Amino acid sequence: MEELTRKQIKGSGIAVRGNEIDTDRIIPARFLKCVAFDGLGESVFYDERYDAAGAQKPHPFNDSRFAGATFLVVNKNFGCGSSREHAPQAIMRWGIRAIVGESFAEIFAGNCQMLGVPAVCLGAVEIKDLMQAIEKDPQLEIELDMEARAVRYGDREVVFELDEGVRTSLVEGKWDSTALLMANEGAVREKAQSIPYLNAFQNA
Amino acid sequence: MGLNLFNKLWDLHTVKTLESGQDQLFVGLHLIHEVTSPQAFQMIRERGLKVAFPERTFATADHIVPTESQARPFQDPLAEEMMVAIEKNTQEFGIQFFGLDSRDQGIVHVVGPEQGLTQPGMTIACGDSHTSTHGAFGTIAFGIGTSQVRDVLATQTIALSRPKVRRIEIDGALQPGVTAKDIALHIIAELGVKGGIGHAYEYAGSAIEALSMEERMTLCNMSIEGGARVGYVNPDQKTFDYLEGRPYTPKGEAFDRALRYWQSIASDVDAPYDDVVRIEAEIIEPMVTWGINPGQAIGVGRALPSLDSLMEEDRESAQLAFEYMGLGERQPIKGVRIDVAFVGSCTNGRISDLRAAAAVAKGHRVASHVRALIVPGSKRVRDQAVEEGLDQIFREAGFEWRDAGCSMCLAMNPDQLVGREVCASSSNRNFIGRQGSPTGRTLLMSPPMVVAAAIAGEVSDIREFQTAGTGA
Repeated sequence: MEELTRKQIKGSGIAVRGNEIDTDRIIPARFLKCVAFDGLGESVFYDERYDAAGAQKPHPFNDSRFAGATFLVVNKNFGCGSSREHAPQAIMRWGIRAIVGESFAEIFAGNCQMLGVPAVCLGAVEIKDLMQAIEKDPQLEIELDMEARAVRYGDREVVFELDEGVRTSLVEGKWDSTALLMANEGAVREKAQSIPYLNAFQNA
Repeated sequence: MGLNLFNKLWDLHTVKTLESGQDQLFVGLHLIHEVTSPQAFQMIRERGLKVAFPERTFATADHIVPTESQARPFQDPLAEEMMVAIEKNTQEFGIQFFGLDSRDQGIVHVVGPEQGLTQPGMTIACGDSHTSTHGAFGTIAFGIGTSQVRDVLATQTIALSRPKVRRIEIDGALQPGVTAKDIALHIIAELGVKGGIGHAYEYAGSAIEALSMEERMTLCNMSIEGGARVGYVNPDQKTFDYLEGRPYTPKGEAFDRALRYWQSIASDVDAPYDDVVRIEAEIIEPMVTWGINPGQAIGVGRALPSLDSLMEEDRESAQLAFEYMGLGERQPIKGVRIDVAFVGSCTNGRISDLRAAAAVAKGHRVASHVRALIVPGSKRVRDQAVEEGLDQIFREAGFEWRDAGCSMCLAMNPDQLVGREVCASSSNRNFIGRQGSPTGRTLLMSPPMVVAAAIAGEVSDIREFQTAGTGA
């Protein structure tokens, strides 16, 4: 059964190097021609993994040593560009449970939160070390401790930064916000009464 | 001490602060299109939920619609399936849909303003990163993902953390040939593609006040390319004049009351900001991108940077860009041969963009090796252009004149690059593979610069280009 909170995540890692890896590279637009997210996992990083003839190119996601990875480790401004949720959906459906990077584009990070996928930031040096450790030992066990705000592997422990609201929603299992927001329906209707453009500007 | 527009509107629209510390923000206007909404409607159905405020959501179809023939069913069965889905979803949940059979269909960020749906003082969300466009009217407008579209449908609210506000002040007069697109590319090149993360951008100063509403839309549109999810301009008389008389703009006494609200939400003179950046308008040149993100841009008269002139963290991306683009260090951007020219998109597909493009195209011919497309941002823009005879100017110059849609900006419809083609494009992203070919190459620039490149067959400096009116 799927865990309903994100207090602790453990598993091996996969590193995708490079700054400004945009959501078009994570999932090319042609794969967005769908009315459901199912099946996106196999198309993740498609044009980076396959050439025009469909032959595999060298890419960590084509490397069997990293099959089954739980953590994706990336560099700066990962997920910039289009707001397509298809990008974190594809990563998650491939099997990734958490993303660790130097920085994330804002909409991408918000989408990760909505899916219950922690996207946490470490410093450039810490990311470099973690990538090297993963590449040296693809089976290396990594632990993300959301309560202690720490990433651990081998004898290393690195403290991470994450918006406190986002962290709390993940730790408490409240990333699926619909029910939380619906619980305030009365307050929402009341708020709507006070917004000028919803009331013919009578209260402006 | 006063408040800036962003914080005034954030406070006005905050329903509650949630236990997590995030704010529950009321979304005044929700826009949807066919690509990022079907899964949200499916989640609503699976959970047995209703759409809370169906009258506050408006839909159009833009990403997947063909621009050559919009006859149904579409030739692409996947595109047809998406079209059927949005028709069914909007009908089932009672949402206004500007479909292909209406003269109001177009790119969502063109349609909202031209209908008068986008008004100062609103919060606006859409499952599309270029929602920042609507900030031109003095709104908080931002892109969201599909699960957040579900939240907005179900509750008309969204959970968000309040960002910081950076004021970008641009004073002085723009040089001839410099457009709002060039301002946007200049800012991104200066502050970087991630400089705006965690910030809303307030664009201000005399150069911004001098921009038309459509130019302000172009500028706000590209905020997200600089990492800022939100970009806005304080509303002024130009904003109010633009809105008066549009289909969804308040009429009569309601308009007068609306004006009082719209005037009240502008940033106060003594409003504080988390950060202020100042740029002199005079130094901005007509810009062209040379790489694989919109920050890799230079003035058209300049040469590509050398790797050692770049900051260390930018070198790896520049190296990849040189290889992908087939361009080298210190190479002048002017004279780079192009294969395709595209004027259109939510960035530059409005009537003023087409007028500026036509003024350059008039009396010239597209170079024989160039495939050139003009794609209006909406059917209203198309009809207006036809009324002014712009379509004739474009056709006579050898451009293809198309119907409204996102077209070649993003490769979800038949308009795509082939192989390693180089495209001079008025769109917003030069990412690897963005225009449909995994090896296709994009050079972003303003619409007049795209037309000049189409005619010359290579990247050209609009300031040196002879338009018919000046005696070519």
